[in-house]
Amino acid sequence: MVEAINHTLHEEMARDERVMVFGEDVAVNGGVFRATEGLIDAFGPDRVVDMPLAEAVIVGASVGLAAAGLVPVAEIQFLGFSYQAMHQLVGQVARLRSRTQGRFDAPITVRAPFGGGVRTPELHSESLESQYANCPGLKIAAPATAADAKGLLAAAIRDPDPVLFLEPLRGYRMIRGPVPEDDHVVPLGRSRQARSGTDLVIVAWSYQAELACRAADRLAADGLSVGVLDLRSIVPLDVDGLAEAVSSVGRAIVVQEAPETCGFASEIIATINDHCFYDLEAPVERVSGFDVPYPVGLLEDFYVPDVDRIVAAARRTLAMAP
Amino acid sequence: MLTTTPEAEPDDAELVDILERMVAGQVYSTRCFNLQRQGRMGTMAPIDGSEALVAGAASALDPTTDWVFPQYREQFALGRFGDEVIDRVVLYNIGHPAGGHYAEHLRVFPHQISLACQIPHAVGMAWGMKVTGEPGCVATFFGDGSSSEGDFYEAANLAGVLDAPVIFVLVNNGWAISTPTAAQTGAESFAAKAHAFGFPGMQVDGRDPLAVRAAVFEARERAVGGRGPMLIEAVTVRHGPHTTADDPTKYRSADELARARDDEPIRRFAAQLTERGLWSEERQREVEAAADARFDLAWDRSQEAAATLDPATALFEHVYAEPTARMQRQRGELRAHLDAMANGAANGSAAG
Ligand SMILES: Cc1ncc(C[n+]2csc(CCOP(=O)(O)OP(=O)(O)O)c2C)c(N)n1
Ligand SMILES: [Mg+2]
Repeated sequence: MVEAINHTLHEEMARDERVMVFGEDVAVNGGVFRATEGLIDAFGPDRVVDMPLAEAVIVGASVGLAAAGLVPVAEIQFLGFSYQAMHQLVGQVARLRSRTQGRFDAPITVRAPFGGGVRTPELHSESLESQYANCPGLKIAAPATAADAKGLLAAAIRDPDPVLFLEPLRGYRMIRGPVPEDDHVVPLGRSRQARSGTDLVIVAWSYQAELACRAADRLAADGLSVGVLDLRSIVPLDVDGLAEAVSSVGRAIVVQEAPETCGFASEIIATINDHCFYDLEAPVERVSGFDVPYPVGLLEDFYVPDVDRIVAAARRTLAMAP
Repeated sequence: MLTTTPEAEPDDAELVDILERMVAGQVYSTRCFNLQRQGRMGTMAPIDGSEALVAGAASALDPTTDWVFPQYREQFALGRFGDEVIDRVVLYNIGHPAGGHYAEHLRVFPHQISLACQIPHAVGMAWGMKVTGEPGCVATFFGDGSSSEGDFYEAANLAGVLDAPVIFVLVNNGWAISTPTAAQTGAESFAAKAHAFGFPGMQVDGRDPLAVRAAVFEARERAVGGRGPMLIEAVTVRHGPHTTADDPTKYRSADELARARDDEPIRRFAAQLTERGLWSEERQREVEAAADARFDLAWDRSQEAAATLDPATALFEHVYAEPTARMQRQRGELRAHLDAMANGAANGSAAG
C-alpha cells in the first residue's frame, strides 16, 4: 500500500504544480515509512519540504498556503501526534470555508498513519478517527486496499475541502494488491462491497476491512455466507450503501480498533437503527478496542480486534433467533 | 483607498489619513460598544489603545499586495485595507455569518477568536507568496497574551527557517483580560524573543503611529526584499475594558485606568498634527461625523442582511463545497420543523 501512496503523490504533484508535500522527515528521508520517497528529487525542495518538528504549524500553515492558491498535502508522522495540531485541524482548517463563507476553499490533505498491531512506542497507534468525525467541515478517508489508497488519495488531494487521509500503519507493507496504472479516482462517500454474503455483513474501514475479509473467508469454510462492507470514507458516510447492505441481510457487526465508547462503530449502529430497524433480525454488535488507553506491546494483541474476535462476534450474531 | 506602495516618509496627506483612520476606528468601536449595551450586538472587544498602532502599521503596508491577519481588536482601524471592513465587523458583531466573508479584493482575514491561531496562517500565506513569487508581504497582529501560545513559537520559528515575508506585530497592551504582562513572560521584553528565532525584534511606542509606521516600513522592506521576518512589539495600554463583558475595576486601579485614558493615542497625535497646521477640532468633528455616517450605513446593511437571513440555508451553507447527503436531510428536517412551528403545529420528522 505504501508504494501506491508514493506513486499517487508523484502523480498528483506532476498533474498539478500547486501541490506541495511537507511534514517531518518527508523530503530527504522520504518519510519514515517511505511514503514520500523520491518526491524531492522529482519536484525539488520548494515543493517537498522538511518541516520543523511542530505539528500545529504544519497543519496551521496549510491554511495560509491554501489561501495563497496552493494545494497543501501535509503529513503528520503518526496520528497520535495530531493532538498537537488538533486546534488547527478542527478549529481552523475544518472551519476555513465556513468562517470565510466560501471566500476560501481548504483543498488541504492531512495524511497520517494510524492503528496498532506493530509494537510501536506509546501514542503511535491510536485510532482517533471518531474524534475527527465529530468535526464538521473535515472529511475522513481510510482505505483498506492498495487500489483504494491510490483512488482515495487522488480524490482527497483534488477535493476542495480538507481531508484527513488515514493510512493503516499495519497495512503499509502487509496490504498488497494491484493498483490501476491510469488516472484512478475513488469518490469519497462510496462504500465498497469487499465480500458479498447473504447471512450477515461485517462493516469496517481501513485495516479492519482486511481483517473482516479474512474472517468472512474463515466463516465461509463453515458454509456461512458473510459479506464485508468497506466504508472507505467515514465522512462523508455512504448511508445508502450501508442501509442497503444491512437491510438486505438483516444481521450486521461493526469492527473498529478504537475504544468502544463513542467510537465510529456507535455512529454506524445509530445509522443502522435509523434506516434498517425493521429489517434487523439481531442486535448489531461492535467489535472494538476496549475503553482503556492504547496498551503497551505485551498487551497489544489482547486489545486490537483480530480475526478470532470478529469470527466469534459474527457467530454470536448469526446464532440469535430473529 | 490609498493604493500606492508606502513611502518611507509619510507626506501630509498620509499623516492626516492615519489620524482619520484612528478617529474612525474609535468612533466605530464606540458605536459597537454602545449597541452591545443596548442589547443589539454581541460581545465585542473595543479598540481602545490600539488605534495608533493599527493605523500606523496599515499605512506602511500596501493593501493591493500585502495581507493582514488580525486578532479581534484591530479591524476598526483597518480602513486603509478597504472601506468595507467595517461592514464585515458590524455583521460579525451582530452574529451574522457573512461577518467573516471579506470580498475578494480585501486582503484581510476575518476575526480570530482562538488566540494565536492566525499566526501559523499568516506564516503559511507568506510562505505561499514566496513559493508562487507574489510580491508583497503578510502582517499579523496578536496580543501579549497570545504570544504565550505555542502557535506563536511554532509559527515564528518556521518563519525564521523559511525567511518568510511576514511581519509579526505583537500588541503589548499590558493586559490579557486581567492578566498583566509580568505574568505572561519572564523575558526582558516581548521583542527580545525574536533573537531566538533568528530575526530582528524591535520595541516601539504603540501609541505613536509614526513610530509603528517606521518599524513596519523597515520590516516590510526586509520582507519584500527576501530578508525574512521581523517582530515588532508595539507597546500601548488598553485604556478600557477587555470586552463588553469585562469589568476592569476588579483588577485595575481607577488611577491607572485614568492615566492610561489621559495618554490615549488619538489626542496625542491630533495635537501633533494641529501644531503642524494639519488638523483642528473642527476637522476632528467632521471626521467623526463622516465615520458616524459610514457606521450608519454599515448598520443599515447589517440589519438588511439579518432580515433576509434564512437559517435553514445559512446553517448548512459553506461547510463543504457541497453539503453531504446527511446535511441535506438535516436541512430539510429543520426547514420542515420551522414551517410546522410557523403553522402552529409541531410535527415529528423521520430521521434519515
Ligand atoms: C486559545 C484561547 N484561549 C483563551 C481565550 C479567551 N480569551 C479571549 S481574549 C483573551 C486575552 C487575550 O489577550 P491578548 O492576547 O493580550 O490580547 P488583547 O485582548 O489584550 O488584545 C483570552 C484569555 C481565547 N479566546 N482563545
Ligand atoms: Mg493584551
